[in-house]
Amino acid sequence: MADSKLIVTPAPHIRGNIDTPSLMRDVVIALLPACLAGVYFFGGKALISLVAGVAGCVGAEFVFERMSKKPVTIGDWSAVVTGLLIAMVLPPHVPAWIVVLSGVFAIGIVKLLFGGLGYNVFNPALAGRAFATAAWSALAATGYIWPASAQGAAWARGIDAVTSATPLTLLKMGEIGGTSMSRFYMPLFLGNVAGSLGETSALALLIGAVYLLWRTHISLRIPMSYIITVAVVTALYGQDPLFHVLSGGLILGAFFMATDYVTSPINAKGQVIFGIGCGVLTALIRLFGGYPEGVAYSILIMNAAVPMIDRFARPKRFGEVKARA
Amino acid sequence: MPIVAAQRPSKVVVLLNMGTGSALSSLVAKGDLVHKGQKIADPIGRFGVPSHSPVSGKVAAIGAVRTGLGTMDQAITIEPDGQDTLDESCVPVENADSLSPAEIVSIIREAGIVGMGGAQFPTHVKLTLPPNAKVDALLINGAECEPYLTADHRLMVERPEDVVRGTRILMKAIGVDRAVIGVEDNKPDAVEALQRAIASAAAAGTIDVVAVRTHYPQGSEKHLIKSVLGREVAPGCLPFSVGVVVNNVGTAVAVADRFDRGLPLIERVVTVTGSGVANPANIMMKVGTSAIELIEQCGGFVGDPGKIIFGGPMMGAAVPSAEAPTTRGTSGILVLDRAESRSFEPMPCIRCGRCVELCPMRLEPALLHQWSEARLWSEAEAYHALDCIECGVCSYECPSRRNLVQAIKYAKAEIGARRRAARERGDK
Repeated sequence: MADSKLIVTPAPHIRGNIDTPSLMRDVVIALLPACLAGVYFFGGKALISLVAGVAGCVGAEFVFERMSKKPVTIGDWSAVVTGLLIAMVLPPHVPAWIVVLSGVFAIGIVKLLFGGLGYNVFNPALAGRAFATAAWSALAATGYIWPASAQGAAWARGIDAVTSATPLTLLKMGEIGGTSMSRFYMPLFLGNVAGSLGETSALALLIGAVYLLWRTHISLRIPMSYIITVAVVTALYGQDPLFHVLSGGLILGAFFMATDYVTSPINAKGQVIFGIGCGVLTALIRLFGGYPEGVAYSILIMNAAVPMIDRFARPKRFGEVKARA
Repeated sequence: MPIVAAQRPSKVVVLLNMGTGSALSSLVAKGDLVHKGQKIADPIGRFGVPSHSPVSGKVAAIGAVRTGLGTMDQAITIEPDGQDTLDESCVPVENADSLSPAEIVSIIREAGIVGMGGAQFPTHVKLTLPPNAKVDALLINGAECEPYLTADHRLMVERPEDVVRGTRILMKAIGVDRAVIGVEDNKPDAVEALQRAIASAAAAGTIDVVAVRTHYPQGSEKHLIKSVLGREVAPGCLPFSVGVVVNNVGTAVAVADRFDRGLPLIERVVTVTGSGVANPANIMMKVGTSAIELIEQCGGFVGDPGKIIFGGPMMGAAVPSAEAPTTRGTSGILVLDRAESRSFEPMPCIRCGRCVELCPMRLEPALLHQWSEARLWSEAEAYHALDCIECGVCSYECPSRRNLVQAIKYAKAEIGARRRAARERGDK
């Protein structure tokens, strides 16, 4: 009888088209322009890094889930995202085995030990980077390199003595600064400077960001509040805000790391608070801290504040304003 | 899809339990002959309304039947004699214009009229306002709450005069001289038909037709009030707190049917549609006709049916049997084929915030789900689970296919039970 085969499930009986794997795959697509820019500026070594990052993350997820007899979740693409991001936030000339181990740490410790996708407190890629820079600080520090095309360029004259220093390091050391910062705008925008593999080209990153915005996977709330805060604080301190916005990992961090769903606040108000917090911390580290760059630590610190932000920055429910009037 | 008349059902099943949970007691016995429109059951509680026989015929059985919700409930089963002999009580109201609001409300109650959007909330209760309530407008809901359903749309296009007539009677019942009919802007033909009907019948008071954005859940009472009148109903409050009473277009037509034709609520338009139905149609059916007979009138199933849903795809209930009887609240019978009926395995919440972003009540479904799963009912209450209108947008949008609204409904039931228990403890 037909009846016995009728399916009874709760409403709603139709579902939307976007699922988590397709969402993660879109993030991978959005990261590709910046990955390509990294390979273009830093050569084949960058490509090896990207492959190493993905291999480390996907491999670790597969092996650890197999070992703990859990369902293998590499099909959801989230480990691929982490793998690309790890390579992108590390210097382009870091040995491949460091990238692999960073990926293993990010997935094994930061993601899976906390319960897997959706349960990790810290952004796995950034925690992986923090791990690498702490464990092999010298190696990581010598991994930066100026693209060959930059070394002969007129705007870079006088700074090529320090080959492994990023623009922010040069600023911190007082090598550059003062009034002539605008000569760096275009190279920073295009990515023709020293920096982490995937962070240098603002243009390539923004192309990917526009894709994510167009697909409605992210909103501008975190990136904008983050970037504007950095610009405002550095300007107040008398430094060039546009230089600060374009250099270091800010664009990459603001659009692709601070917006990581799992480790950012869940509602609009909280997201703006989170972005401002990241911005203040980044600016403070850059201006007063021991490191030239502070994007990674800012986001990691704010990750820890997310449960608290979620608890206190609550949306106003429908009709609530009127109720108090 | 124009409204077509129903074929004569082989039987009708009149449930003795309204959707709102209040029971009715039968006024007839097995073997009795009843007329179409004859009152056959009276409500036991204050919140109920009577039921009437949709057909003339013989009472074949009084006893438990399986309802669309899967529960066993008492019901009166009537076998039609095909004569449709109208009961003598079914006479139009002659002096409608000289009646007092209380008299109008009482006629509406006696006619068994309930909210026809799906919830079956008794209309007379909505129309009976507390003495201090200041209501200045009647809002008629023509937003057609759900995808797939076109029953209200067709009523507005085909019977705009009755919609307007019923609206005027309802205005009188609550003592307002202003009414607004809210229609989604993808139904310009309905807007036009209603405007013509309003223009052609001059009467006291103004009725406006307002086109609102087509956007689920526009048909939610609170959201339609916001869209049409710009007023937000506060949490836990009813529409009259912002000076509005809301009724469905189907309810307005039922009122017009009672006053002008003498008919109690024994028929309604149901949209029979979906990938699993051969020839989808809007049918003016006798309340209590079984789903399978209506589907057969539409050419039967296409392939193997996966799900039969009473109502729409977002909020409707999947019924366990094609034999399930329809009720006064059955706005649609949606048949999904097996491919469309597949379920999804939920994945972990990735906190993407889509549900928070899109919740029409501005709640945080992902967190409510978390509290519900952990059975932290006081947390769920603090995160306003009770404000949830159960529209299903969160579950629909969730990329991890989590059953968010289901978890919230569960929390609401638990919170409600706890509150009742606390009240009872307080009483003793």
